[in-house]
Amino acid sequence: MCLGIPGKVVEIYEVDGTLMSKVDFDGVVQEVCIATTPEAQLGQYVLVHAGFSLNVLTDIEASETLKILKELEAFNQSYYGEQDPQ
Amino acid sequence: MTASKVSPESIRQTKAVMDEIRRITTRPWNIMEICGGQTHSIMEYGLDQLLPEEISLIHGPGCPVCVTSLELIERALQIAVLPEVIFTSFGDMLRVPGSSSDLFGARAQGADVRVVYSPMDAVKLAQANPEKQVVFFAVGFETTVPAIAASVLHAEKLGLKNFSILPANVLVPPAMHAILQSPDNRVNAFLAAGHVCAIMGYWQYEPIAEKYRTPIVVTGFDPLDLAMGILMNVRQLEEDRVEVENAYPKYVTRLGNQTAQSMIDQVFEPVDRQWRGIGTIAQSGLGLKAPYQHFDAGVRFDIQLAQLQESPMCIAGSVLRGVAKPIDCPAFGTLCIPTNPLGAPMVSAEGACSAYYRFHKVK
Amino acid sequence: MEDNLPVMQGAVCPIPISQHQQVVIGHGAGGVLTHDLIRNIFQKYLGNVILNQGNDAALLRMWQEIPEDQNLVVSTDAHIVSPLFFAGGDIGRLSVCGTVNDVSMLGAVPKFLTATFILEEGFSIADLEKILVSMAAAAEEAQVRIVAADTKVTEKGKSDGVFISTTGFGWVDRQYHISGQSALAGDIVIVSGPIGNHGIAVAEARGNLGFRSQIRSDVAPLNDMIAVLLDAVPNVHVLRDPTRGGLATTLVEIACQSKVTIRLKEENIPVDRDVRSACDMLGLDPLYMANEGKLIVIVPSEDAELALETLRSHPYGHKAVEIGLVESSSEGQLLLKTPLGTTRHLDMLAGEMLPRIC
Repeated sequence: MCLGIPGKVVEIYEVDGTLMSKVDFDGVVQEVCIATTPEAQLGQYVLVHAGFSLNVLTDIEASETLKILKELEAFNQSYYGEQDPQ
Repeated sequence: MTASKVSPESIRQTKAVMDEIRRITTRPWNIMEICGGQTHSIMEYGLDQLLPEEISLIHGPGCPVCVTSLELIERALQIAVLPEVIFTSFGDMLRVPGSSSDLFGARAQGADVRVVYSPMDAVKLAQANPEKQVVFFAVGFETTVPAIAASVLHAEKLGLKNFSILPANVLVPPAMHAILQSPDNRVNAFLAAGHVCAIMGYWQYEPIAEKYRTPIVVTGFDPLDLAMGILMNVRQLEEDRVEVENAYPKYVTRLGNQTAQSMIDQVFEPVDRQWRGIGTIAQSGLGLKAPYQHFDAGVRFDIQLAQLQESPMCIAGSVLRGVAKPIDCPAFGTLCIPTNPLGAPMVSAEGACSAYYRFHKVK
Repeated sequence: MEDNLPVMQGAVCPIPISQHQQVVIGHGAGGVLTHDLIRNIFQKYLGNVILNQGNDAALLRMWQEIPEDQNLVVSTDAHIVSPLFFAGGDIGRLSVCGTVNDVSMLGAVPKFLTATFILEEGFSIADLEKILVSMAAAAEEAQVRIVAADTKVTEKGKSDGVFISTTGFGWVDRQYHISGQSALAGDIVIVSGPIGNHGIAVAEARGNLGFRSQIRSDVAPLNDMIAVLLDAVPNVHVLRDPTRGGLATTLVEIACQSKVTIRLKEENIPVDRDVRSACDMLGLDPLYMANEGKLIVIVPSEDAELALETLRSHPYGHKAVEIGLVESSSEGQLLLKTPLGTTRHLDMLAGEMLPRIC
């Protein structure tokens, strides 16, 4: 479920003891509570839902999905030759 | 920038993944997603049109708006009309029909019903309106629960006496059990909801996959994410493997967001909950733990409920469990349309009936 | 000119205070307060030779104004936007541009406007002045004159600050047959620029979205751009501005009126980055958000390039782009081709768009 949109943390502060932040979504800046991801740093991307952060964006270099995509690229190259399969 | 959210690179990759799915599929498979956001995405991009005929996508009960029980809607309506109450809710709950009215109707009659985008907005409203009782309709799956838990904790820190929630949250794993245990179950594999798993991780699905021999792949929302989730499921099915795999590593790890989980554990505990159209699923909802009971609007406001009636024509239950398609319903598109919904799946933008109505008219 | 003696009429206060910060019920009574309001506020900002005559109706010397072989075009609109002020505009600019644009959609040149104001007791005079300044500026830009006006006052709570109703008059050359019924198979569909800006700007101005952006309403008078377009491409088939209900609803209307299929290419439809973001955050679809300064143009394919070039040369159309084409069919429908090559059906907006959580 759930509309989760990634945005960049541009400010971090506290309100009444709760960790808050300003997150920039391509020019739209929203106040987001990051008590749910206290490890988030300035400049990092967080996934935001209902005014709260769900998680911090992870580097996926070693992931399974990237491996599959690379395999498929290799497969498609050999199957279709040099052409881009449209 | 255009109306399209996907990059050319991503489109190329999606097509390559779809080609691969077509190449390896040899038998018919039914794959279910339990996530309104994924249902919406599949419909928006017409992904089902790109899959081979053998793969059927079944839309599960992933729309928390759709599965909120009639009883809770009625409770919400009764609380909303109280003169001292400011009733706050996510926008898509406003048109869900109760027995005779909905929150929109209540607002038209003078009730102070307000759309909020975050439970924190409700807490702020309570701070700004000390003479009013602010109630938040706590709907949503695990993705939304940390936000609600954190808001309750924040309200407690502020010592607010005029903030409460009407607990209506539901959990995914018990729903998966219920679906897989059902005698008319047709599901061969699941796409697990990416954002639910961003919070909860996917360790909870391992016993489910094993018990029912059903592959489960954590999946995201854009066309490439969805295609990848489907591919990984089809590979497992064709290879007769059963695992829980992660096709959304950007935001999901096996153990999930532990800070968020501990907030949930601090404030909530599992309770039995009724899913509209399906029935009661044991331990599938969340209620407030004893130290936070005073934030429960169901307790704070004494509400008497009369006999509740669903529309006899609405087959929401079967649609939500994936055993019927919206077009199987006699009322679909005629008596039951987005501007005059008989049941919840026609109201919410992600409800299967609404999605079908809006996206499926192309023959 | 009447003399300035106050009128004694039963319960009316014989010495009304003439310097008001807010609208009072007396302003609608027709007596001195009303005349004060008209003379010092309305005529001050909207005044022109015709309006200032102060008669019950405007005398328009049509034989001096209208060229031969013209049809008269009339349009009317009510404006109840809330909030009254938003980034990029206000109810004043909206009411003038809205009616100017409606008249222009038939290819007509708008000339005269009337305006009625329903004021709520307690409404700030300073805000009223701001709105009138805005209307005057919009009328000036559109080269139209407000020739008749009226104002009434309701009790507090019975209206929302101010409601404005405008009626516009213009004339159109009899050779033009621009209407929603005129789209033909083979025509090209063009939009004059990015969509969704007005809808988001107004939503943001309501103050409860919890975010801040630089998004501004696109509200603008399009008659000049349309005149330039028709000069270069007289054979335009359809003109319409995608206001409430957005681009999608407007195109469904046209498709049904003309009984054709309109097929759009999603990746061509322009949406500004921040508007896209705001819509994503709220779960709203830019295809259904209101626009108040955009134009849909449907032209025969051989005229499409020139139409685009002409629009792009105008400040209000510099981001014009081709977004779809018209096909024959037995009934009206709107289709959208996604970047993946799949197609889906677009309907009119059903009810109010609700921001979603999922």
